[in-house]
Amino acid sequence: MKQWFKSGDPWIWLIGGAVSISVIMVVGLLLLIGVRGLGHFWQPPIVQTTFHDQGQQEVVLGSIRQVETVTAQTVREAGFEVPEDQDLVTRYLFHLGNRDLTGRDFQWFIGDFLDEFEYPESAIMLERREWGNFFGHLVSIKEDGEVVAEGEAAFSELQSRLRRSNDLMGETVRIERYDIGRINRAIEMERLEQRRIELNDSLSSEERAQRIAQSEAEVARLNQEYQVLFDELQELRSVARRDALVARTSDGREVTIVLADVVRATRANTMSIGQKVQEYGARFWAFMTGYPREANTEGGIFPAIFGTVMMVFIMSIVVTPFGVLAAIYLREYAKQGPVTRIVRISVNNLAGVPSIVFGVFGLGFFVYFLGGNIDALFYPERLPAPTFGSPGLIWASLTLALLTLPVVIVSTEEGLTRIPKAMREGSLALGATKAETLWKVIVPVSTPAMMTGLILAVARAAGEVAPLMLVGVVKLAPNLPVDGQFPFVHLERRIMHLGFHIYDVGFQSPNAEAARPLVYATALVLVGLILILNLSAIAIRNRLRERYKSAGD
Amino acid sequence: MSAGLANPRGRKRLNLRSEDISMRVNDLNLYYGQVQALKSITMEIPRKRVTAFIGPSGCGKSTLLRCFNRMNDLVDICRIEGEIKIDDQDIYAPSVDVPELRRKVGMVFQKPNPFPKSIYENIAYGLRLQGVKNRRKLDEVVESSLRRAALWDEVKDRLDDNAFGLSGGQQQRLVIARAIAIEPEVILLDEPCSALDPISTAKVEELIIDLKESYTIVIVTHNMQQAARVSDFTAYMYLGELIEYDDTAELFTNPSRKATEDYITGRYG
Repeated sequence: MKQWFKSGDPWIWLIGGAVSISVIMVVGLLLLIGVRGLGHFWQPPIVQTTFHDQGQQEVVLGSIRQVETVTAQTVREAGFEVPEDQDLVTRYLFHLGNRDLTGRDFQWFIGDFLDEFEYPESAIMLERREWGNFFGHLVSIKEDGEVVAEGEAAFSELQSRLRRSNDLMGETVRIERYDIGRINRAIEMERLEQRRIELNDSLSSEERAQRIAQSEAEVARLNQEYQVLFDELQELRSVARRDALVARTSDGREVTIVLADVVRATRANTMSIGQKVQEYGARFWAFMTGYPREANTEGGIFPAIFGTVMMVFIMSIVVTPFGVLAAIYLREYAKQGPVTRIVRISVNNLAGVPSIVFGVFGLGFFVYFLGGNIDALFYPERLPAPTFGSPGLIWASLTLALLTLPVVIVSTEEGLTRIPKAMREGSLALGATKAETLWKVIVPVSTPAMMTGLILAVARAAGEVAPLMLVGVVKLAPNLPVDGQFPFVHLERRIMHLGFHIYDVGFQSPNAEAARPLVYATALVLVGLILILNLSAIAIRNRLRERYKSAGD
Repeated sequence: MSAGLANPRGRKRLNLRSEDISMRVNDLNLYYGQVQALKSITMEIPRKRVTAFIGPSGCGKSTLLRCFNRMNDLVDICRIEGEIKIDDQDIYAPSVDVPELRRKVGMVFQKPNPFPKSIYENIAYGLRLQGVKNRRKLDEVVESSLRRAALWDEVKDRLDDNAFGLSGGQQQRLVIARAIAIEPEVILLDEPCSALDPISTAKVEELIIDLKESYTIVIVTHNMQQAARVSDFTAYMYLGELIEYDDTAELFTNPSRKATEDYITGRYG
């Protein structure tokens, strides 16, 4: 036994075990997120069955979201009569949809009280712009109230007409978002211009009146333009609402649904695997590129992806020069002594400060102090409405930059220390000054180390949520930080963020069951995004290493 | 042993007094903190000759060499008294521009230290520092320097390759080419062959003898045969003191000091 301990085998087993546990945990986590998140886009079959309980019965139509086995005891306590000799019961979570009609989107049913499952071919599932999904049987298609297709022909008619209404709806969104947005902005600019004229003391009263009148004329012209667009929009909307479908719900009611309110329709039980894969791709694409709907529980997460990437990029642009310069000063210029030691210890400790503290600092310093002063200096006409004096993209990025600064400093310093003395001397001996040596030899050679710092910084920044809630990330941002309006990049705008989106959908959502798969899907996207950012940084680093190879050893 | 080494090229004995002097060291003392590393060194380095410093490890020969281009400035705790004059100008005077001095006094180190750049850029580095941007001029200097370092034929087809791809001996000649590209007056060699194999060593030694035509060369070496082969004058140092300094043949065949004789005949220690 003693011999065995001496041989070192127990240590190898211990270390091996620790490594395996870590790997299993990471892989398990990724698998969980992956399966749950990616499973969300797969179209499940639509089940129809009958639920019997104490003489009452009800037709159930929907897709099964989850199956659970629970003890009979818990079910009995909930008031169901389960035979005495039965220990376990299976229960099914049905996605029933039709929130507007029944108020029940999701419901558990106990398997013992359900009839045999049927998969009716006429069952359809509609993804609607409002009120969540609809489950029912397609009856007919109407155009301006007249039936144009019934029975088997109805579904293909539905698909083609759905494409038309979706195109029209896309057009209305485009007009709302871009054209009307542009006019609103122009009107706002005119309002600010008038305010600026009022604040300008150097103008005489006639001049002032004249310029304000000019501005008023411009506003009137813009309002006219707006009216034209608005009419066009109304026209489009009414055209889009031409078609409707009639469907029968599980309780036998006939419902008319305007096609303009439907995003997509599927007849799950007749779909082949190929069609399901196609549908899967379409839904995944819509998720990645779409805007959120219904308090973030439906639609896509594009603004959150965009906001996250944008924020990380700005953070990198800010943190790299600051971190690198700080490290160069500390390592190359500062006199090594107690002061630099204290600075170094402080920098290292900064990395351990809870991120929410950075958030509070960002809010106090960046948003209120810096932002407030910028507003007072450059945007006096907009006051009291803040421009930079409220949380926004730039402040979120700066806060993150501050948070990740220690990582960049530490790894850059390490890179600088690793450069052989001979290389410096070689440059100095050729008559280079210290600065020339630094910029032409030392800094290029230590770029891989700087990239390492940046990789760590990006990994940390992209996953950070807590401080961002204080300095610029919101549940729903009306606009992306980049658009076609001058100056194209709007650093003062609030943004959406994947991490916060997960929190918001998961914990702040009114419809928890509907939101759950989205939480996993969003988490998967976040992990994937961090992975992509890291891999690209690592690829760049490896290319740099290749170029400066053997410099480090 | 000493008889075999003497006068390998059968040349005439040289006299320091009749030489054109390039650098004068006058009563030089150097301290690392409390430790005195060089003790009252006074010597003259002749122009366009090879002067070798020999002596056991830690005797201060590298330290003395690094005084000529003020490389010791990089060591914080190093303090220097006395003077070194190059062409009658005191290089430790406050008005001296150190980078300018180092352009005049080139240096090659113990281990080859090319920059992690292409072969071409390694040679062009010194010129680019001086603001030379003309591509033709650079091409010209790169070629002529590599030719003089006897490296041109080996690398002319891969000038854009990373210098780390060269062998150790080639790297060392590259570093010498890099040093002569900026046309220094003096070249300091700090044990240039200690990391090289015998064939590369022979090549570098040949190169040193060729370069003597145009440059004043000071070489520190552990290898007494090498000193005997390449140098015109040899200085033997021991514990920070200059023990003996004379014509190489004279010093190896007929040392005037007992300590020198003990060292060169291997009875040292």
